[in-house]
Amino acid sequence: MLDRSVDPVIRVRSLGNRFGSQVVHDGLDMEVRQNEIFGVVGGSGTGKSVLLRSILGLRHPDAGTVELYGRDVETLAAADRSSLVQSYGVTFQNGALISSLTVAQNVQLPLREHYSLSENTLDELAQLNLALVGLEPEAGAKFPSQLSGGMIKRAALARALALEPKLLFLDEPTSGLDPISAAAFDELLLYLHAQLRLTVVMITHDLDTLFATCTRVGVIVDKHMISDTLDGMLENPHPWIHSYFHGARARAAEKENHG
Amino acid sequence: MTVPLALEPAGMGWQLELRGDWSLAAMPQIEAQLESLPTTLRGPMLCDWSHAEAPGIAPAWALLRRLSHAGLPAAEIGHSGGPPHFLELLQKLELDLLTPSGPQLAPLKLEGPIAKLGRWSVLQGRHARGVLEFLGRIAAVIGQAFGRPRALRISSLARHIYETGVTAIPIVSLIAFLISVIVAYIGAQQLSRFGADIFVVDLVTIAVLREMGVLLTAIIVAGRSGSAFAAEIGVMQLNEETDALRAMGMNPIEMLVVPRVLALIIVLPLLTVIADAMGLAGGGLLSLIDLNIPLPQFTYRLRESLSPTTFWSGLIKAPVFAALIAMVGTYRGMQVRDSARELGRLTTVAVVQSIFMVILADASFAVLFQKINF
Repeated sequence: MLDRSVDPVIRVRSLGNRFGSQVVHDGLDMEVRQNEIFGVVGGSGTGKSVLLRSILGLRHPDAGTVELYGRDVETLAAADRSSLVQSYGVTFQNGALISSLTVAQNVQLPLREHYSLSENTLDELAQLNLALVGLEPEAGAKFPSQLSGGMIKRAALARALALEPKLLFLDEPTSGLDPISAAAFDELLLYLHAQLRLTVVMITHDLDTLFATCTRVGVIVDKHMISDTLDGMLENPHPWIHSYFHGARARAAEKENHG
Repeated sequence: MTVPLALEPAGMGWQLELRGDWSLAAMPQIEAQLESLPTTLRGPMLCDWSHAEAPGIAPAWALLRRLSHAGLPAAEIGHSGGPPHFLELLQKLELDLLTPSGPQLAPLKLEGPIAKLGRWSVLQGRHARGVLEFLGRIAAVIGQAFGRPRALRISSLARHIYETGVTAIPIVSLIAFLISVIVAYIGAQQLSRFGADIFVVDLVTIAVLREMGVLLTAIIVAGRSGSAFAAEIGVMQLNEETDALRAMGMNPIEMLVVPRVLALIIVLPLLTVIADAMGLAGGGLLSLIDLNIPLPQFTYRLRESLSPTTFWSGLIKAPVFAALIAMVGTYRGMQVRDSARELGRLTTVAVVQSIFMVILADASFAVLFQKINF
């Protein structure tokens, strides 16, 4: 079923993570291919965020390997690692904007760190990235504490896009947003995905987002991952997956996007 | 290295050839070249992308912005040679930026010194009112506690007594001991020149009991607990925990501030007694080793040098210092808003200010005790 001619962007093999005696992942496999929007789903406490942290190299897994663009995240030398970091963008659940910097300064932060650019150019690029995520130029001068939830998510996305990554990780991008803002965010994501040819890995609980955007879904159940297309998932007999994709909320979301 | 762009006249207008690395990594060179383009350009412009390698979003954006600053309308700019896929999006965003949106913010006017003074006074006034309000709230909670003992939060109080008091015993003891050894040693050096070695006992006793015991303890506690109070409450402010308490009908002053203030008022005198004892022990040890004053003689001399008020004049200051440290720490913690930087700033302010207040209060006590011969 997998197309072997295209190397996957992310390849996770038999990943194991445990905290003390509590095993979170045991032999978890995951592949994300170019230009996909891959949704990661799972019950609370199944280690979605732990998986993300392992892929980003923020957490040393207890077993298994993680490859990004065919290179092992763990064994990458420090110098190489910085180039790898520049090839992906991440947004964290609560935005993780630096609270003492304005939105524009937050967006400029990675650019300032990795390139020596003039102030003028930095301003232009901040303006560009804010425009990309649909924020007004005036939002750039505000501090994160002055933004609404939806604006924080967009600002975090602008910062993640600043280094022009081909790969984007989103941790719960629509959590805490009202349905209209969430739908607008989905639309924005689809638009950027098409225009910038991004590969997106998204952790989400939002079924609407899942049905509206994802090309494939990986469900973490029983410490493993089961990946399939959405249609495949709907047929899956596993009890948790069945109840997840056939619950009342799931049916409503499905109806909205297919009907 | 190839120059990233070359501008040549072509027919009615211009042709701009983009060459070499056009990724984000080459941005500094591209930036410099774009700067060198003429400030105004007229006529149609054709950008040739066929020799640009790995074009990035930022360089393309910089190019579009530069051409638009040069006064070229979007309709006159053409792209050929396989422009990058995102160019269309950028052109669209560029057009949106050109349409003016909302009034521009007026530039800040230079303030005259009088305006600055006025602003400062208003700020100080507001600040003083804030402090007064804070004190009033604490007093209100303590007043309520007479009719409703639950307001005292005994379990929370116990925790703070343990954290600010019991865990501070080792460091307070050690520092009091060492400092009094140092004082005794320096005193012995000076006094032995007059053959007045025995007065080292008086020196240590009075210095430790009247001043150093309580002052050292207060400064250590300000560094340990004053900062902890400000940081704990500050983080709760950032997490909106204090708002949550208010929303559930609980009073953050009662839950967070009063237990800390009371705990410190209880603990600091006790720590001072320990510091006094350790200080005297240090002085006694040094007298024994350095001056050959045996312990019985030391204790006899100690009793001689004490006036009835010596010990109390030190101890009575402890609760006052404690209240100052705890209230400055918690007040600064409650002031934290919005950012991690504020938290750090106000924690620093809490420590510096509480030490300053302690020393100021100590000076006032010295004057007062002198006036009333205490």
